[in-house]
This record gives sequence, structure tokens and C-alpha cells, in this order.
Amino acid sequence: MEHHELIVIGGGPAGLAAATAAANEGAECLLLDEQSTPGGQVYRAVQTVPEQRARLLGPDYQAGRDLVTQFEQSGARHLPNTTVWNLNGRCEVGILRDGKTSLLHAKRVIIASGAMERPVPFPGWTLPGVMPAGAGQILLKSSALVPADGLVLAGSGPLLLLLAWQYLQAGVSIGAILDMTPHGNFWRALPRLPEALLAHHYIIKGLRYQLQLKMARVPYFTGVRNLRATGTDSIEAVEFDHRNTSKRIETSLLLTHFGVVPDSHLSRCAGCDHRWDSAQLCWRPQTDEWCNSSLAGIAIAGDGAGIGGAVAARHAGRIAGLGSAHALGHVGSMRRDEIGRDDQRWLNDDLRVRPFLEAMFRPPPELLYQPDDATVICRCEEITAGQVRRAIQDGHHDTNQVKFLTRCGMGPCQGRQCNNAVGQLLAHELDVDMMAAGGYRIRPPIRPLTISQLAALEDMQAGGGA
Amino acid sequence: MPQRFRRLQEPDGRWVEVEIEGTKTRVLEGESVAAAIFASGLPWCRTTPVSGAPRAPYCMMGVCFECLVEINGVPNRQSCQISVEQGMQIRRQPGASPEYP
Amino acid sequence: MIKADTIVIGGGLMGLSTALHLALRGYKAIVLERHSPARHASGVNAGGLRQLNRHMAEIPLTVAASEIWKNISALVDSDCDVVLSGQVKVAETEAELQSLQARVDELNASGFHHERIIDQHKLYELVPRLVSGCVGALYSPEDGFARPFHAATAFRHKAVELGVQIITDVDVTGVDQGDSGWSVATAQGVFSASNIVNCAGAWANQVAEWFGEPVPLTPGAPMLMVTERLPHFLDPVVGAVGHKLSFKQMPNGTVIIGGAHMARLDLEREHADIDFTALKTSAKTVTQLFPHMGSARIVRAWAGIEAFMPDNIPVISASSRARGVFHAFGFSAHGFQLSPVVGRIMSELIIDGKTAMPIEPFDIRRFQEQERNTSVG
Repeated sequence: MEHHELIVIGGGPAGLAAATAAANEGAECLLLDEQSTPGGQVYRAVQTVPEQRARLLGPDYQAGRDLVTQFEQSGARHLPNTTVWNLNGRCEVGILRDGKTSLLHAKRVIIASGAMERPVPFPGWTLPGVMPAGAGQILLKSSALVPADGLVLAGSGPLLLLLAWQYLQAGVSIGAILDMTPHGNFWRALPRLPEALLAHHYIIKGLRYQLQLKMARVPYFTGVRNLRATGTDSIEAVEFDHRNTSKRIETSLLLTHFGVVPDSHLSRCAGCDHRWDSAQLCWRPQTDEWCNSSLAGIAIAGDGAGIGGAVAARHAGRIAGLGSAHALGHVGSMRRDEIGRDDQRWLNDDLRVRPFLEAMFRPPPELLYQPDDATVICRCEEITAGQVRRAIQDGHHDTNQVKFLTRCGMGPCQGRQCNNAVGQLLAHELDVDMMAAGGYRIRPPIRPLTISQLAALEDMQAGGGA
Repeated sequence: MPQRFRRLQEPDGRWVEVEIEGTKTRVLEGESVAAAIFASGLPWCRTTPVSGAPRAPYCMMGVCFECLVEINGVPNRQSCQISVEQGMQIRRQPGASPEYP
Repeated sequence: MIKADTIVIGGGLMGLSTALHLALRGYKAIVLERHSPARHASGVNAGGLRQLNRHMAEIPLTVAASEIWKNISALVDSDCDVVLSGQVKVAETEAELQSLQARVDELNASGFHHERIIDQHKLYELVPRLVSGCVGALYSPEDGFARPFHAATAFRHKAVELGVQIITDVDVTGVDQGDSGWSVATAQGVFSASNIVNCAGAWANQVAEWFGEPVPLTPGAPMLMVTERLPHFLDPVVGAVGHKLSFKQMPNGTVIIGGAHMARLDLEREHADIDFTALKTSAKTVTQLFPHMGSARIVRAWAGIEAFMPDNIPVISASSRARGVFHAFGFSAHGFQLSPVVGRIMSELIIDGKTAMPIEPFDIRRFQEQERNTSVG
């Protein structure tokens, strides 16, 4: 088995910053990334993207360039196109690269798995032509693909507006924006506004996007409810309720956004302790001030440890990197604290704006807890909310029992799309909290392997492979 | 079926040619197979093994497994995680994955 | 204090079956389960309904159990997704086939005829995608498989319907003998009963120790993996003489692969790390015996926590030390098929004080005798 001092998993802002910080302090560091170039989803293709597209994506995106440059100068080793399919409590990492599987070992591991779109089941969400907004943004960043005119954007949260703004810059004519933020959210968020004003840049940005969308006369519906995508083999129309009337807009593309959640499959597979965060509405690992998880040797930084966004991820990454360099004996605690002080201060300030954003963009509860019986919850196994409800009524009172009984969560995505929906439905039906409803126990491989790939698994010798 | 996505005009694009459902298609070098599928206008890429419903790539970042296709004869490839290569043969994947060779 | 005739410690399949059989005869049972029913091995085992190639001591029990599974609806009002498509154990060489023939001869001599030898032709008729060159197999046509969590759910439902009380999320912390029977201490209060049945699986030795009869039980977590859905290519469950393998295709197309390779178990945390270096052996075996499976994708690997005995047969026994105490544990990863008959046996031991089934080989005293022998010798 190939041994390392530090393995960082994920090449987004947290992973890049962690690897950079640790390597700068002298740690031997290997960064594993599923993508071909560093940047993660948020700075996807930031190094290779043509100038015109970079301008269109805006200055926040371009800010990823220096992060990549610093990483490249740090001496940390980069292993792109590498899929991580297992991590256990002994810091053994299973990887797949060029069709070959192998096991690596590290003294310490930093998980920087980032975030994924919050999956929210609604009628028709499995139809071709319905996608998360993040997917639209990935197509723009790495393929210069923008929607044909007339697309509809629906949901809630800053990314929705950012993407709409980016599409405007690219000359796309947007059919409609359906803002599903419940009207009550603003009032619930209001008491948290004074703290949020500390980070007024978030709010100003949001207002600027909204203003420009208004100037471009993009049809903008607020307080939208009861979203449905309809069509036979593909989406043909979006239907929704607005001010107590039912509306219908024909479209071939619906992009939705309901916020993002940590991609916690790897940390859960490893066995790190997680708790349900009722403000962010997601499972998040328990971490300490240096991003250490409950398992010795494993730290988790960035959105994978709880949603904070790209800039927070960069700061958290540096903290995790410093913490690991310290644990590995490369830097004393005084120097660690000194270098990390600014990052910790920044994160503490940022923590104060989060409650406002979380309350402001909290998805409509009926979408999370009360899907129609006919709505598909598990995209892979095509299990409906009705089937899940029947399993609950049948005496299955945590998500794993529902999974065993119905196969909900047993398909190739391994529950990434349905886990929280099942948990929230169950918690609502039984009036229990999410800790009682539980999350799926995550089974490796967290990315499918073929039988041949497993049969050819090599424990790479030190210095070999890669 | 109207095309869902169009390509922005960029002066310095580098292209490769792949075959999608037997049709030769020029796609951007280095982009994912799933992106190439959207660029080609193919409305869906597989049918599900349970109900046979059509599905298209969804998350584009490897977490939903909706984008499974057959690439160069190998089924179940996660097309959003694989870069296009010159001459690649990309096919839709029907229902339960086809008989293995 | 809650009273019952019998307290069953452990809500796995053995505990549920025992409680169900007691209830069928009008006896009140309470099942105490630390988590949720069938949380460990009972819910996530391979679900094999196998008489094939069992230890000779288990043959009368497995044959009796097979009869129950054939009509499991009569017992639990659910078919438990039973598929009786047979089980085969493949011989790749003539020598292997001869060893299987010797087993069949031994079975026949004892009056059992459920297993037989099939030739190459019949083997490939049953398992057409098997790699060429295998010479024959041991075949048990009335074997098959079920879905264990569905079976456990059906047993639970039926037991509850008959009045069994199943208490979940309750940790048993100790037992005490009083004038009128046993009391069982838990964080949720004290339960009392005339009888206690130890169905605590991997934790059964803790319970046995309370009664002063510790056993050399080793907890283990045999690994399983499952593929994505594949087109139908296989009916019977396939094993092999020369490989550790259990290989079956479920009606939904997924293929479940086991090989008794062990995960790295942390019993305290009730967590098992999948050992992919060991699981690799299973994958290699599959590619050797079913070459077309190479490109099939594994979507999940897991391990259920189970109790193993040194002689690989269970403890099904009255206590040697304490009146009103009974044990059913240590099934060493092949208890699923036996569960309906074990429940019946336990109910007979409790109610009648005896059973017609030959359970002497499973007596808990066999380990105490061994201990005495070793200490003397």
C-alpha cells in the first residue's frame, strides 16, 4: 500500500487551500480529485476557461485562479481524474484511476468533498429537461453551453439569481424565474439581519442581480408554490400556483435550486459522527476548531462540513491544512495559531451572516415534508413518497429500515438523492426529530466499481503507481 | 424536440469528433460526455431498469447516476465524469443494462 | 414491572421466531431489542435457504425448516419473497465431485435424499453462464433464497398480531433471579418472566455469562456485495467446492455475492469496515466462474454482525446452570434458513420441557466439557 503523510480528497477551494497550507509547512501531501483540473465545482475549469467565458462568469469565479496558482506552487502533489470510492477509520483510501483500483494509506486525511444541490422531489423532477441550477452552471463553465431561450428557473437561494444573471450576460432570454422562497421567510430572517449586515457584500450582490434581472424584464414570480414539471418523454411545461391561480409555462428546460447540502457520503462511509443541522437542513459532520472529525486522523473542511460557500471553504481549508501540518509535527502550535488566526476570525464573522441567509432561503416546508404520494422520491429505484409512507405505517421507523424494505436508496446513487427526503418525510409523519429518523448507513464503494476493477485491486507499493 | 442548450461562440475552441447514437458530432475538447450529449441535442440518454422511463443527465457532478450511457461498447459509464475523446462511440443505454459481452 | 411468561433477549430473526412460536401456543412473550428488529445479521444476511452441504448435525433441522419455508405464508401470512430455485455447489474437478458424492452417500445412508449429484450436462442447463470445464455439482432443488429483512418483518408482524410485545431501543443491563422467576433490568424499567431466551446474536456471550456459562463465541461480520440490476441469467444459488462463494441473482436482476470473508469489526461501535483486500478474493472468484460478470458494477458492500462458534454449529439448548433459561445463538452465518424451526424448538423446550428434534449436538455443555478436557489434558 502506498503511504503518505497527508491525503486531501477534493480539489475545490477547501481542498486546494488545505493542501497548500499543509505543503507550505513542509507536509508531504497528495491531493486526489475527481476532475481533470483543479477548482472543484465552484471554480470548475478556472485555469483553462477562455477569457470571454471567465468574464461572463464574473469576478467571484475568477478569484479561484490565485487559489490554483498557490496550490501549484506549494509542492503538494495533484492526482486528477481520480475517484475516491472508500475511506475508513484507518485512513485507508480506495481510489480508481485510469480504470485501475488501488488502496492508499495516509497518516492523516482531509475530506474536502464540497456540496451538492439539495435534492427536493417534486412532481416531474425525473423528466429529461429538469435539472438542478448547479448543473446548468457546470455546463456553462466547462462547455460554454447555455440554455436555449425560454428556460424557466425555479426555487430559492442565491445561486438561482447568480445563474440567471450569468445567462443574461450570455444573451439568453429567460422565460421566467419562479421564486419559491416562502413570503414568511423574510420576516423570520429579519431579526438576524443586523448581524448579517456585517457581511453586506452578500446582500448587495443579491440586490444587484435582482435589479439587473428586473431591468432586463425577466418575468419574475414570487411566492410560487406547488411546482410541477409535466410532459411525456421530456418536460413540456412547468405548472405552478401563483397568488392562488394555477399557471403554466411551456418550456424545454427547467433549472431548479433549493440551496446546497454537504456531500457527506465519504465522511459518513468512514464512520465520522454526524448531526442533523436543522438550520441548514442537512447532515453535517461534527468537527472541532481545526476541522477534525470524531475519527482520529480525519479532518473535514469546506462545504462538506457544513455550507459556508467558496470563500469560507478557502479559510476552513487553510485551517484544516495547518491543523494537519501541526498534528504531523511540521509546525508548532504557536505558529499554527498565528497563521490561522485571520482565517478563524474571518470564519467567525461569516458564521454570523449564515443564520440570516439560512432563514431567508429556507426551502418551503411542504416541499420537504409533504411530497404527494405519487411523487418519485428515489430516482434510481423509482420509489414514490406513497411507498415510503406505507413502509412507515408498516412500523419501519428509521430511514435504514425504510431502505431495507422498499429499496429506496439502494440504487447506483446510493441514496444521495433520496436520503434527506425520506428522513424528512419520516420525521414529519412520526413527529420525531431527524436524529431519530436517522440517515442511511453509507456503504462502500461510494462510487460503483466493476467486479473486474475490484478483482484487480492492488495494494500499491511505496513509490509505485500513480 | 427543441434543443435545450446552445454553444456560446468562442474564438479559440478546440474540437474533437465523436459519434452519438451513430451521428458524427463535433464537440469541445475536454468536455464531459454528458455535456456533449446536451450539445448534440439528444433529449435523453437512457431508460430506467424499473419502469423504462427516459432520463437525461441531471446533476453533472457525479452524484445522481442518471447520465449512464454506453461508451465504446461498455455500458453503465457515468457520462458526466468522462471526458470526450476523438472517435468515441456514445450510445443510449436501454433499461436493465444490456447483456454483458 | 412488566410481566410475561417469557422474555426473549434480542429482536433478530431467532428471537422473533421464538416469540412467535410461543404466542402460537398461547404463551405471552416480550422481545427486548437494543435497536430495531433485525438490525444486524438478521436483516442484512444473504437470505440463503440452503440445506445443501450443511453440517450433518444440522440436517434434521434444516430439512424440517425447508418444509416450513415451502409454505411460509401459513406461518407468517407473507411469502417473505421466497424463491425456491435450488442451490448448487459446483465441482471443478473429478476429485471435487467425488468428495460431493461421498457426502451424498453419507446422507442417503442416514435416510436423507434432498441433495443429489448432477452431471455436467444438467449443471450447464441450470447455470448456463458458468465458466466452461466444470464437471458436475451437488444440487438441492428445493433450496433457494428469501429476502431476510422482509422475512423478519413478516415474523414481527405475525408475532405482534398474536400478542407478542416487541420493545425496541432497550438495552438489557442484567438479570436477577427472584422467588417467582427472572427479572431483567433495563434502562426502561424491570421486566419479569418465568423464562428467558438468549437470542442476542453476536452479544449472546454477555448474556450467557450472566448465567455463569460463558461460551467461546467470536463475533464476526461476513461481507456481502451487490451489483446493479443485470438481465436475468441465473436461477439457482451457486457455490463452489474450491472457492468460498455464494452467488445469486435476485428477481429484480441484482446479483448478491458472498464468500464468508470478514469485515474488520468494531463491536463496541457496532461498525464494520469493509476489507476490500479480502473482498477482492470474492471478486476474483466471480470473474473466474462467471467471466461475463467482469463489467458488472458493485453498488454496495456491507457486513452484518453475527456470532460464530468454534465448531461452526449453533447453541440451541436449555441452560446448564439456570432453570427457565434457554439459548439460541451462534449460528455462524447460516442461521437464516433454520429460523422457523429453531423458534419452534425453543417454544417446545420452554413449554414442554423437551423437543422431538435431535438437538444434542447443539447443547451449550459441549464447550464446558471441552474446557474440562483441556484443563485436565
